[in-house]
Amino acid sequence: MIGTTRQAAAPARAAERARLALGRYRLVRHALGAAAALVALYALTSAVSPYRDLQIAQAAYLTCAVAGLTVLTGLGGQISLGHGAFMAVGAYTTALLLNHRSWPLAAVLAAAVVVTAAAGTAVGAVAARLHGPYLAGATLAFAVGLPGLANYEPLLDLLGGQNGLSVTPPVPPAALGETFPVERWQAWIACLGAVLTLFLLANLVRGRFGRTLRATRDDEIAAALHGVRVARVRIIATVVSAACAGLAGGLLAVATTLAAPGAFPLALSLQLIAAIIIGGLGSLAGAVWGALVLVFVPAWASDLAQSADLSHNIASNLPLALYGLVLIVVTLVFPRGIQGGLRAARTALARRRSPRDDAAHEEAAPHDTAARDTAVHGGDS
Amino acid sequence: MVRFVNLTLAGITSGMVFATVALALVLIWRSTRIVNFAQGGMLMVTTFLAWTVVDAGGSYWVALAAALASGLVLGAVIERVVIRPVEDKPPLNAVIVTLGLFVLLQAGAGMVWGDTPHSYPPAFGIRGLSVGGTRLLLSPNDLFVIGAVGAVMIALTVLFVRTDLGLRLRAAAFAPEIARLLGVRVGRMLTLGWALAALVGSLAGVLIAPSVFVGPTQFDAVLVFGFTAAVIGGLDSPVGAVVGGLLLGCALSYVSGYLSSDLVTLGALAALIAVLLVRPNGLFGATTGRRV
Repeated sequence: MIGTTRQAAAPARAAERARLALGRYRLVRHALGAAAALVALYALTSAVSPYRDLQIAQAAYLTCAVAGLTVLTGLGGQISLGHGAFMAVGAYTTALLLNHRSWPLAAVLAAAVVVTAAAGTAVGAVAARLHGPYLAGATLAFAVGLPGLANYEPLLDLLGGQNGLSVTPPVPPAALGETFPVERWQAWIACLGAVLTLFLLANLVRGRFGRTLRATRDDEIAAALHGVRVARVRIIATVVSAACAGLAGGLLAVATTLAAPGAFPLALSLQLIAAIIIGGLGSLAGAVWGALVLVFVPAWASDLAQSADLSHNIASNLPLALYGLVLIVVTLVFPRGIQGGLRAARTALARRRSPRDDAAHEEAAPHDTAARDTAVHGGDS
Repeated sequence: MVRFVNLTLAGITSGMVFATVALALVLIWRSTRIVNFAQGGMLMVTTFLAWTVVDAGGSYWVALAAALASGLVLGAVIERVVIRPVEDKPPLNAVIVTLGLFVLLQAGAGMVWGDTPHSYPPAFGIRGLSVGGTRLLLSPNDLFVIGAVGAVMIALTVLFVRTDLGLRLRAAAFAPEIARLLGVRVGRMLTLGWALAALVGSLAGVLIAPSVFVGPTQFDAVLVFGFTAAVIGGLDSPVGAVVGGLLLGCALSYVSGYLSSDLVTLGALAALIAVLLVRPNGLFGATTGRRV
C-alpha cells in the first residue's frame, strides 16, 4: 500500500509542478483570450446590421450579469433571485450621473459599479447568514421591492417614476466617421465591458479566492475548520457578483438609453437564473451561452410566431413559454447545461480519436480529480 | 385610532390570504423540501379556470369548487411529472424546475386567456360594516375570507393530527425510509401532499382575485408575500405560516396606510430582513445542528 503511494507521488508532483508553471502564465493566457475575443467581436459587430449590433450589445451586458451570478451561485452555492435589482441600481446610477454630471462614460460606469458593490455589501452581509430557501426569499423580496422605490412620492422627481430616466445615447468619436452607427458604438462599449468582466472573473475564480469559494460551497463547516472565513468569502462573492450586475445595469442604460422600473421586473432576475442553468452552472463560458440564449431565443421565437401567423396572445407569450420549457427540460435532462454538454461531446470525440489512450486516462484519473473538478465548476473562460 | 383599527382589520384580511399561500408552500416544503415557486402560477391557472366558469354564467360557488378541484388535480400531476425526477437531486435543481414551471404556466395562461386582467366577483358585499356610526374596513366578504381560511386551517389540522391518513402523510415527510419499511406508500403520500398544497393555494387565488383581478402576472405579489410570510414563520411550521402571514399582512397595511402604497414590497423586504437577522431560520423554525 505504502509503496504504491510513494510511486504515485512522483508523477503527481510532476503534474503539480506543471500546473504551477501553467498557473504563472494564466494571466497571459486569459489576456490573449480576451484580446482574441475583442478582435472577433470587432469583426462581428462591423459585419452586421445596426439591429444585430443592438442585440449583440444586449447579449454583452447580460453576459456581465450572468457571469457575476454564476460565480455567486455556481461556485459559491448562494442562490440570488435579486440580481435584476442590482442591475437596476447600476442603471439608475449611470442614468443619474450621465444626466447631472459631465463625467466621461468610463468614469460613470465605474461609479455605477462602485455604488452597486456597496449595495452588494449590504445585501451580502444579510445573505451570508442565510441558507437555501431563506436566502431565496430575502433576495426575491429585494428583487420585487427595490424597483418600487422609483414610484415613491418623494423620489419621484429624482428617479422619474414609472417612465424612468432617459439617457442621451453615447456619441461615437468623430474619428470613426460621420456615418458610424450609434448602435455599433453601443455594442462596442457593451462588448468591452463584457470581455473585461469575463477576464477579471476568470482570473479571480481560477485563483485562491475561487478555491476557497468552492470550498465554502461544498462543505461549509470543513472549510471553516480549515481557516476559511466563510461569511467573509460569501460577502466578497456577493459584492463581486453585484458589481458585475451593476456594470450590466450601467451598460443596459447606455445601450437602451433608458433606466425605468419596467426594465427590471422579477422576470429579469428569473431570466438571469435561467441563463446560468442553461449555460452550465458555475462556468464562465456557460454564462456567455446563457446570455446568448436569453437574447436570441426570444428573438427567434417571435420571428417564428410572426412567420407562422399566430394570434397575438400566443405570439407574445411564446418566448416566455420557451424559457420555461427549456429551463425544465435542461434541468431534468442536461443538468450541466450547454457548456457541460459541449465538454462531454469534446471528451467523447477525443476518446474516439485515440482509443488506446483510454487506459492511460483511467489511470491518471485519480490525480486529475482536483483539476477536473475545477474544470467542471470553474469552466473555461 | 379608527384609522389604526381599520388598517389592522385590512391587514388581517390580506394577512389571512398570505397565510394561505404560505401554508401551501409550507405543506410542500415539509413533505418534499422544495420551495414551490410554481405556486403563484398554479393558483393563477386555477383562478383563471374559476373565472372561466363565472364568465360562462356559473355561480360563485361552482367556480370555487372548480378552482379547488382543478388545484387538486394540477398539484398531483405536477408532482408526478416534473417534481418526482428532481426530488433526490441538489436543491437548486428543484428551485429551477419550479421557476421554469412558474414561467411556463404564466406564458400558457397568457396564450389561452390573454394578458389583460379580468375582474372577478367577490362572494359577498364589499361595503364596510358600520359599528356605532363608524364605517370599518371590514366587509362581509372580508369576513368570508377570514372564515374560509380559518375553516381550511382547522380542516388541515384535523387531517394531520387526528386521522390515519395524516399520520401517514407526516411519516412519509419526516422519515421516508422508515415509513416505507412500515408499509406507507411514500410516493403516493408525496403526490397527495402536493395535491393538498395546490388545493389550499387555489383557495387563496379565488379569495384574493376580487382585489388583484385575474391575469397572468396579477398573482406575482401574492406569491412573493406568501413566500415572505412562510419564511418569516420558519418554513417548517404551519402555525408559523399563519402567524407570519398575519404579521406581514398588518405590517404591509401600516406601511401602505402611514407611508406610501409604493413602499409595500420594500416594507415586506424590511420585515423579512428584520426577522431573519434575529432568527435566521424564521420565527418558528427549529435551529438545526449541521453535521460535519
